[in-house]
Amino acid sequence: MKILVCISQVPDTSTKIILKDNNTAFNSSGVTFVINPYDEWYALIRALELKESGIATDVHLITVGRADVEPIIRKGLALGGDEAIRIDADSNDPYETANYIAGYARGAGYDLILCGKESIDYNNGTTGAMLAELLDIDYIGFAADIQIEAGSAIVTREIEGGEEVDTVNLPAVISCQKGVAEARIPNMRGIMAARTRPLKVITPSALTPVTAILSYELPPAKAGIKLVSSDNMDELVELLHSEAKVF
Amino acid sequence: MSVIVLVEHTGGIIKKKNFEAVQYASRIAENTGTTVTTLVLGTIAVSEMESLGEYGAQKVLHVADGRLDELHARAYASALFTAAQKENAKIIVTLHDINGRAVAPRVAVKLKAGLVAGALSYPDLENGFVIKKAVFSGKAFAFVNIVSDVKVIMLMANSFPVIKGDGKAVVEKLEVNFSDKDFGVKVKQVNKVTGEVLLSDADLVVSGGRGMKGPENWGLIENLAKELGAATACSRPVSDADWRPHHEHVGQTGGTIRPNLYIAVGISGAIQHLAGVNGSKNIVVINKDPEAPFFKAANYGVVGDAMEILPKLTEAVRKFKQQH
Ligand SMILES: Cc1cc2nc3c(=O)[nH]c(=O)nc-3n(C[C@H](O)[C@H](O)[C@H](O)COP(=O)(O)OP(=O)(O)OC[C@H]3O[C@@H](n4cnc5c(N)ncnc54)[C@H](O)[C@@H]3O)c2cc1C
Ligand SMILES: Nc1ncnc2c1ncn2[C@@H]1O[C@H](COP(=O)(O)O)[C@@H](O)[C@H]1O
Repeated sequence: MKILVCISQVPDTSTKIILKDNNTAFNSSGVTFVINPYDEWYALIRALELKESGIATDVHLITVGRADVEPIIRKGLALGGDEAIRIDADSNDPYETANYIAGYARGAGYDLILCGKESIDYNNGTTGAMLAELLDIDYIGFAADIQIEAGSAIVTREIEGGEEVDTVNLPAVISCQKGVAEARIPNMRGIMAARTRPLKVITPSALTPVTAILSYELPPAKAGIKLVSSDNMDELVELLHSEAKVF
Repeated sequence: MSVIVLVEHTGGIIKKKNFEAVQYASRIAENTGTTVTTLVLGTIAVSEMESLGEYGAQKVLHVADGRLDELHARAYASALFTAAQKENAKIIVTLHDINGRAVAPRVAVKLKAGLVAGALSYPDLENGFVIKKAVFSGKAFAFVNIVSDVKVIMLMANSFPVIKGDGKAVVEKLEVNFSDKDFGVKVKQVNKVTGEVLLSDADLVVSGGRGMKGPENWGLIENLAKELGAATACSRPVSDADWRPHHEHVGQTGGTIRPNLYIAVGISGAIQHLAGVNGSKNIVVINKDPEAPFFKAANYGVVGDAMEILPKLTEAVRKFKQQH
């Protein structure tokens, strides 16, 4: 069984966002980039577990990005990926990203495509379902557990106010979140091995964009906190009622 | 031409966030000189569908197929696609929730439409079709212009007030040619949390962090939540330590919520925690450390020991409820 894991490069979770060029771009100087946590901790690690347990034979990584994303791809290989593909394009639109990935994955024989539940930079949570539609296969979102049995996946996924267990025939796309696997750290052997693992670079044919980000804005600073004495909870309740109007 | 909205229901009951989506769509329809058609799937009473008129819907297309009572994302997408074609819709609206995220992206692909996930504003039509959305987990906002002919908007719930008006929508049956593929995912088991306020839907949330010291003290959080009719949440170390169930964990790696009121008790306010709650309209922080970073993100703060403050606050709420 062949697994393709979609990995996206994002600023580290503790990054302070600074804008530049008249608020049309995000200033990435001095920012540490990492693999999107959902892609690494859950999707990639689950793929590696499936390989270690003999269910999967190959774990490939795919990312849409320019050459500057290669350090995170190398990290993915160091964790245990067998091969990586970089689609050489800039994309902050999920439809474009999904099209690029589908262009590579179509007909390539992947039984399972794993992605993260959401990228923590653009927060769309839509790339996986688009990819599934482009490949004309099923998609299950927000998985918290994935088991493989006889050509199908048994997936526990989040629903509103609970969980549901679904089965789906492979090939399918599944987006992963907490629960699917436990994070790990690459070891020295993995890091050395990663150097010799293949990293293919593909130049895609251009797509007509369907969206464009015109500008960014930072949230306004909070207008200042009102401190209430711990002996005066009646005052807090009154403020919440008459000022904040929450009840 | 019309604006199409996918309306979900739970066992025949339509929840408030869907009214918000309908009202949002009706305002867009007004601004673009068209009307709103809603799509409703599965088993539901006609009167419940007609009531969508109170939020601005002129028409309801109803696909009365019992298989649609559970989410079959491909079938939902086929239905939405059929409805969009029938109405020659150029704008499709869904919610940015679990089901919306499984369905809308598929429809966008079918219609070659640009999509904005987690819309926080009406489209600005003067500068194209520009919609505001949160990026970098709420640390910034982006203004996204949809340039394709057909446009898909996934609305972030709790972005606009819902105002009930008059009106009755006309319900029409819609036939959709489903294929077997549309029902490829089989639901084996459903485990729902019952008897609690759903965190994702809650207007009021009381949340506890490591400052609560241990699961034995959660009664204090629960009592306050009960008194307020609030849902309960927690920080990540709390769910990691199994003091609370995982679905309560909010933040970067947990759930994202946008209630009207978020009360954070004994939570330091790490940036990864804030990422899940910074869309809350009002934040109250209770922490014994006046330097806790959370105070910078709060509207109201109480400095002191949560174990003493929580019972007092619960009592104050009880008193208030009796008087009002
Ligand atoms: C990649 C990544 C992702 C992460 N994702 C998340 C996430 O999704 N959600 C999340 O929550 N965290 C997340 N974290 C962890 C986050 O960085 C913090 O470590 C975590 O939020 C801290 O939880 P806490 O505030 O409950 O505990 P602490 O930081 O230990 O804070 C406890 C607070 O309680 C106060 N306190 C102690 N005793 C009392 C008392 N008696 N009364 C009142 N106050 C008291 C203290 O002053 C302190 O401010 C993530 C971290 C990383 C690196
Ligand atoms: N540029 C990218 N390259 C590869 N995979 C991506 C990219 N962007 C998003 N993804 C995948 O799609 C998931 C959801 O992303 P998004 O729809 O942007 O929230 C991520 O967790 C990744 O698995």
